[in-house]
Amino acid sequence: MTAFLALVGLSARLSFGGRSGGALVGLVFFLAVVVVVPFAVGPDMNLLSRIGPAVLWIGALLASLLVLDRLFGDDRSDGALDLLRLSDLPLELVALAKGLGAWLATGLPLAVAAPFLGLLLGLSPNTVLSTTATLVVGTPALTMIGTIGAALMAALGRGGVMIAVLVLPFTIPVLIFGVSAAAAPAMAPAPFLAPFLILIALTLASLVIAPIAAAAALRAGLD
Amino acid sequence: MTKKAFNKIADGLTEAIAIARGEAKPAHLSVPSDNPPPLKRRGIVPTTPSMSLVDLANPTRFLGFSQRLLPFTWAVALGLLAVGLYMAFFTAPADYQQGDTVRIMFIHVPSAWLSMGCYGLMAIASLGTLVWRHPLADVTAKSAAPLGAAFTFLTLVTGSLWGKPMWGTWWVWDARLTSELVLLLMYLGLIALWQAMDDQGRAARVAAVLTLVGTINLPIIKFSVDWWNTLHQPASVLRLDGPTIDISMLIPLFVMAGAFTLMFAALLMMSMRNEILRRRVRTMELTAAGLGA
Amino acid sequence: MSHAGFIFAAYAMAVVVLAGVVGWIIADGRALRRRLADLEVRGVRRRSDRREEQAT
Repeated sequence: MTAFLALVGLSARLSFGGRSGGALVGLVFFLAVVVVVPFAVGPDMNLLSRIGPAVLWIGALLASLLVLDRLFGDDRSDGALDLLRLSDLPLELVALAKGLGAWLATGLPLAVAAPFLGLLLGLSPNTVLSTTATLVVGTPALTMIGTIGAALMAALGRGGVMIAVLVLPFTIPVLIFGVSAAAAPAMAPAPFLAPFLILIALTLASLVIAPIAAAAALRAGLD
Repeated sequence: MTKKAFNKIADGLTEAIAIARGEAKPAHLSVPSDNPPPLKRRGIVPTTPSMSLVDLANPTRFLGFSQRLLPFTWAVALGLLAVGLYMAFFTAPADYQQGDTVRIMFIHVPSAWLSMGCYGLMAIASLGTLVWRHPLADVTAKSAAPLGAAFTFLTLVTGSLWGKPMWGTWWVWDARLTSELVLLLMYLGLIALWQAMDDQGRAARVAAVLTLVGTINLPIIKFSVDWWNTLHQPASVLRLDGPTIDISMLIPLFVMAGAFTLMFAALLMMSMRNEILRRRVRTMELTAAGLGA
Repeated sequence: MSHAGFIFAAYAMAVVVLAGVVGWIIADGRALRRRLADLEVRGVRRRSDRREEQAT
């Protein structure tokens, strides 16, 4: 357990400050995506507040892909991954710890920043609340699904855009239910609780399935 | 078909089964070896003469077997295709609602079935790769991916050509179409993954992991797209399923589906033969480089 | 026949896609066989063939 928590902390620190640019770059990217959208669709506040939750979710999705490139790649190139594999911790838990650490450093800050960016998009207080809540609950699923992609790429010794191409189709369910719940207050009769609960289910399922798949991919690549 | 041609194919089939059983030696393998030793020395002669999948799983034997089976598969596939096309255009009636455009169904629906069936096949092959580490499972999974992508693409294009006269638009964000589009994305991702890697054994295991994750995820995607679809638009598009299809359309549909499936099987066999040869060439080139030849 | 253009286009696309796949597979196979023949001319053998030679 201590080893697991230590690994979570290490992964969080590496993702937060480390060579990949870390949480700050992720946040700036998130801000940049949100700022660019009004220039594309026009400064109409009504339109922006309607599509606001979707914009924030797309921004969070893209920003959470940024950190993946280095998640296992660095560990593989400097040999840390081999050490982790030899340690007592099962590779599945290693993958879970790496994913959780990456989420603490990148996903959580995105959710925290979302209310402030929501103001730029003219979201109502209720929508700000629902969007932030869905991001807190939903970004772990994005990061964990991304962990599979990161493990695949590390196993192949590749990186870059390929991760995004492989991971994005798998995030569609999370995006659908995340945006549905987030936008529910803005579209009066739409239900909030049903998609929100399904989003939680997706996150919990990804916390189980993703470490197993990521570990299988890492094993395949390390043999 | 003339009787002579039929006899030839039947002979080929008998021989193929004999080869698979290990009773006969393939007359001409694609890879000529000067003096193939008796199989006994390699220790791969099955103790029982019965044919089993394990025997087929030997790549060399697969080359011999598929070579005999291919003309037969193509002949039946093209025969069914001819019958199916005739029925699709001359026996099947025009739909009272959709008119003649319903004839697009006879290629659209078989393609859609194959696009999903191909993924199922890849999932089974991926299990073979991960559990038994069998090279022929790797070859199957790799060869099936581009074929699956081709049939998915065909489904989307024919669906679009059907949708334009029926719905008045080339594309609808309908649950079925959207899921098919996501499936195409996943096929393309898998092809990209295979291409990104030189070491084929490792690429096979990594791609197998992704394929199996996709197998878990595809129903979830289908469910979520259905949910999203009912949320955003009323279900107004035409439905193909259920007992609403008349028997006069169902028979040509099944004939065409059989033709497409056999064509897929033939293409898969050809593609797998290529892949086996590609691996041999690669090994030999590495040997040549190592010898400085 | 109503909408003959769309029906024709759909069947034509099917022919194009399937013919493309068949053509690609055949061309690929020919190229591979040529390389294999070339390697054999140069005297490169497969590992299993060499092992059998030693056994004899």
